[in-house]
Amino acid sequence: MIEFQAVTKRYDDGTVAVDHLDLTIEDGKITVFVGPSGCGKTTSLRMINRMIDATSGAILLDGKDIRAQHPADLRRGIGYVIQNAGLFPHRTVLDNVATVPMLLGARKAAARGRAAELLATVGLPAELGKRYPAQLSGGQQQRVGVARALAADPPVLLMDEPFSAVDPVVRDDLQDELLRLQSELGKTIVFVTHDIDEAIKLGDQVAVLRVGGRLAQYDTPAALLAKPVDDFVASFVGRDRGYRALGFLPARQVPIGPVASVPLGTPADVARGRLDAGWAVVVDTENKPLGWVSEAVLSEVDGEIRPEHLISGGSLYVADAEASGTAGTLRNALDAALSSPAAVGIAVDATGAVVGGVTAETVLKALADARRSGEVPT
Amino acid sequence: MNWVGDHIGDLLSVSLDHLRLALAPVLVGLLLSLPLGWAANRWRLARAILVPVSGLLYTIPSLALFVMMPLILGTQILDPLNVQAALTVYTVALLVRSIADALAAVPAPVIAAATAMGYRAAGRFFAVELPLAAPVLVAGVRVAAVSNISLVAVGQIIGVGGLGYFLLHGAQSPPNYPEIISGVVLIVVLALLIDGLLAFAGSRLTPWARVGPKAGARR
Ligand SMILES: Nc1ncnc2c1ncn2[C@@H]1O[C@H](COP(=O)(O)OP(=O)(O)OP(=O)(O)O)[C@@H](O)[C@H]1O
Ligand SMILES: [Mg+2]
Repeated sequence: MIEFQAVTKRYDDGTVAVDHLDLTIEDGKITVFVGPSGCGKTTSLRMINRMIDATSGAILLDGKDIRAQHPADLRRGIGYVIQNAGLFPHRTVLDNVATVPMLLGARKAAARGRAAELLATVGLPAELGKRYPAQLSGGQQQRVGVARALAADPPVLLMDEPFSAVDPVVRDDLQDELLRLQSELGKTIVFVTHDIDEAIKLGDQVAVLRVGGRLAQYDTPAALLAKPVDDFVASFVGRDRGYRALGFLPARQVPIGPVASVPLGTPADVARGRLDAGWAVVVDTENKPLGWVSEAVLSEVDGEIRPEHLISGGSLYVADAEASGTAGTLRNALDAALSSPAAVGIAVDATGAVVGGVTAETVLKALADARRSGEVPT
Repeated sequence: MNWVGDHIGDLLSVSLDHLRLALAPVLVGLLLSLPLGWAANRWRLARAILVPVSGLLYTIPSLALFVMMPLILGTQILDPLNVQAALTVYTVALLVRSIADALAAVPAPVIAAATAMGYRAAGRFFAVELPLAAPVLVAGVRVAAVSNISLVAVGQIIGVGGLGYFLLHGAQSPPNYPEIISGVVLIVVLALLIDGLLAFAGSRLTPWARVGPKAGARR
């Protein structure tokens, strides 16, 4: 557990970067500091490993004041992933990752062995170990940065905008990878970002800071979206927050209706007879959805339905009542309905086979029911 | 050409002497300029003094510096130490600035990362900052070595020894051209040889500097 107790940081020029911050960061969770540029996120993070010393107040790590230890010793027990990775250009990837174990006195061979394991953990092929950082892509460098921070297996990991310099697709991969890693490792992670979407995706708890270094709200992502404490948080959380909040509501009560489906290769005239409201979903031999056909499309087709006749479908809603937990959210269900050309979202089971359809009306009704029963904060 | 054949042993042993006279100051100068360059990078005041002063020292003509040395060191005018000390001064003057600049060019995120990993200041200097400054450092050492090899020849005017002897001795009347040319050629060969060796050693020391567009560059 990391506790900020009335922590203030005033820089020499008088700038108050952090103002009386009180915050408790739980073990084994991802806590995100988010806020506009200059609000004191980096300062707050760096006070945890004493790269910056607080002007007043105290920070406790597992109940002990961090000032009780030599900063270098404290830091060897806290992983740090810096923006732009900050890899050592003169060391190979493997030696970069081996840095902290070596500082802690590990033998070179042992440290490199451990480093090689970590490359696999963060999803990098072993051959990259021999390269220098300049020979890696930005995304690969970030992964090495994460591996290096994990090398000595520290209980705490500090991450300062680690994914902000890579393109959105790579960023998404890296975020998913971090969540996967965290589900295995259960570290206490403090993550800094200025991107509220990233905060909501990754955070178990999110601290929204405002400029001047004051804490605006400290809550779960769902609560942040549903109940921002003031206009600053509401506007920072963003315009679509009502829609995004649906992402935290399980779609268990959404009834799944029937959906017209025809196998690929069905003769067009047979298919025409099976349409529902002018549309049918086309499935493969395993009942997985391939796309849609409509009245208008079929009238042009003579013979069997072939792949080139299909209209591509929308997003899929995974509704697996058996394996609870994997069931999709209201957001998935609604998006499936809205993105479908037939206005019916396709519900699939865990194997990807079609089990039925959901419409926007049924999703909204389920939401209204959940609100009435008090399951959703209003 | 007979002269060369008769004096081949002398030429070689004097060449070795010449190298020792030129390179010992490079080594001493390097050891002195590391802490000075570090200080110039660390403190603004140190930089404000060290950089202009070393620039100034470098502009003093070599002969003037050689003959000034006895005044400063209290040595005899013909003491070989004068030239050694003067060449050390030149080396320091050359290297302080480039070391300070090279250290300043180490990317801030790399230094922050090293600090965050748990390096103490000294460990970080030797493990991260100095290696990253090495390419610039090697370039500075090459210039210092080559210029010292030619300056040692000038030092013969105050009797330091080395290949300059053949230039002065050969120039007495009647001039002995094979002797003069041998001296000149050997000085040039030594300079090229040392420069090449240092360049080779430098690139072996910094394999990482050859792979990317520039050190620390992304992608
Ligand atoms: N060394 C420093 N000296 C003086 N002021 C500083 C220093 N470092 C940061 N600040 C100021 O402190 C405030 C908070 O800076 P900080 O770097 O913590 O912000 P941040 O939230 O991380 O911003 P960003 O999203 O842009 O990275 C800013 O106003 C900044 O200008
Ligand atoms: Mg920052």
